[in-house]
Amino acid sequence: MFGRFDWHEIWINLPYLMKTGMTFTLTLTALVVVGGVIFGTILALMRLSSIKPVSIIATAYINLMRSVPLVLVIFWFYFLVPYIGAWITGADRPVQVGAFLSSVITFTMFEAAYYAEIMRAGIQSISRGQFWAGYALGLNYWQTMGKIVLPQAFRNMVPILLTQTIVMFQDTSLVYVLSITDFLGAASKVAERDGRLVEMYLFVAAVYFVICIVGSYAVRHLQRRIAIIR
Amino acid sequence: MHYHWNWSIFWQMTPEGTGTYLHTLLVGLVWTLATGLAAWVIALVLGSILGVIRTAPSRWAAAIGNLYVDVFRNIPLLVQMFLWFFVLPELLPKSLGTAIKQMPPPWASFVPAVLCLGFFTAARVAEQVRAGIQALPRGQRMAGTALGLTLPQTYRFVLMPMTYRIILPPLTSEFLNVIKNSSVALTIGVVELTAAARAMQEFSFQVFEAFTAATIIYIITNICVVFAMRWVERRVAVPGFIGPAVHGGGH
Repeated sequence: MFGRFDWHEIWINLPYLMKTGMTFTLTLTALVVVGGVIFGTILALMRLSSIKPVSIIATAYINLMRSVPLVLVIFWFYFLVPYIGAWITGADRPVQVGAFLSSVITFTMFEAAYYAEIMRAGIQSISRGQFWAGYALGLNYWQTMGKIVLPQAFRNMVPILLTQTIVMFQDTSLVYVLSITDFLGAASKVAERDGRLVEMYLFVAAVYFVICIVGSYAVRHLQRRIAIIR
Repeated sequence: MHYHWNWSIFWQMTPEGTGTYLHTLLVGLVWTLATGLAAWVIALVLGSILGVIRTAPSRWAAAIGNLYVDVFRNIPLLVQMFLWFFVLPELLPKSLGTAIKQMPPPWASFVPAVLCLGFFTAARVAEQVRAGIQALPRGQRMAGTALGLTLPQTYRFVLMPMTYRIILPPLTSEFLNVIKNSSVALTIGVVELTAAARAMQEFSFQVFEAFTAATIIYIITNICVVFAMRWVERRVAVPGFIGPAVHGGGH
């Protein structure tokens, strides 16, 4: 059954798949991790805030994002971002946003809800005494959070944040629904042009598998090391 | 920047003339639920078997279970969807492959979508089942053996009844995930809820009404599932025993 498997097809298309496709996927993942963790931490702080309206808004946002499929969120932002852009810049027609920027915004907004729940668990895992110690030293809320609580929360949650990032790396393949040339999108274009669906999709699956399994084992290794130090 | 809201669009007929736009969305919801439920049956059965063999004394069985989970968790769902839809029929014997490809319209994409989601979610269920079994005190397994039960009997009558109760909350979120993940099936042509909203947007140009409606329908579905599962949790709860509320992430 693999007699007709055309390795040459993969070989000649490798530069396109990697340079155009994988670069897009990895850049998107990297930007979204940074943006998502920052926005997610803000959401977590808002959700834990003692100011009721702030906490309600953050909770509603997180629950909304977590109850809707990512595919629908991708469509939402694809159509919504041009209108928001027009609203911000005061333009009278929707602003054209590139596919890349649109994807970055979508995934940052979506993944932030998941990162927020991880960071919330992290903050709640820090004992209350640490907050009180901070206040007793005369630090204000931001100093206590920024210098005492968040560094520890972040450190405790690094393995889970990384696991979520591996999930997110896989999820970026869903930009396919907007015909964007990410790694899967590039492979799908080649597959359809040359009629080589079997080769292309098996290759894509193998590449994702290798990257993610290496990532997963690295996270497990890290988790053990952190556990010993603590 | 002007967007013309038109909420009465839901009561207008679609250009296909088969019903109103609201009807289109509700048919989409039915396909979402059908895909999700059918996949959930596969995921629950296969996931339970895999979860059990991962805790079984046989090293080979455990290795097979672990390999399955690693493979299905480390390939994106969308890629798995394409493997089931495009690649599998090519790798099967020619007559069988052709038969699969020539199934009448909704089934040719529905069947691969259900199999894909079922096998994908089974890996996640297996992970929960394994965690649930391992969360039980070792004494339970020993007590089963001491009573003269065989290993399968110990699992059937002692370990699994407690395991399912413990993992009910994470199973609820996996069930919610399978409903959400069914939206990925739109890429191979299943017209579920998200695809129906997309079709409505393309025909009517009322983007935000269509997506708002789909979002609200997803939220209502979620709430119904959560309430139903809470009721099940109360019904099956063992007095004096509270399971750990481990919540799985993912989407």
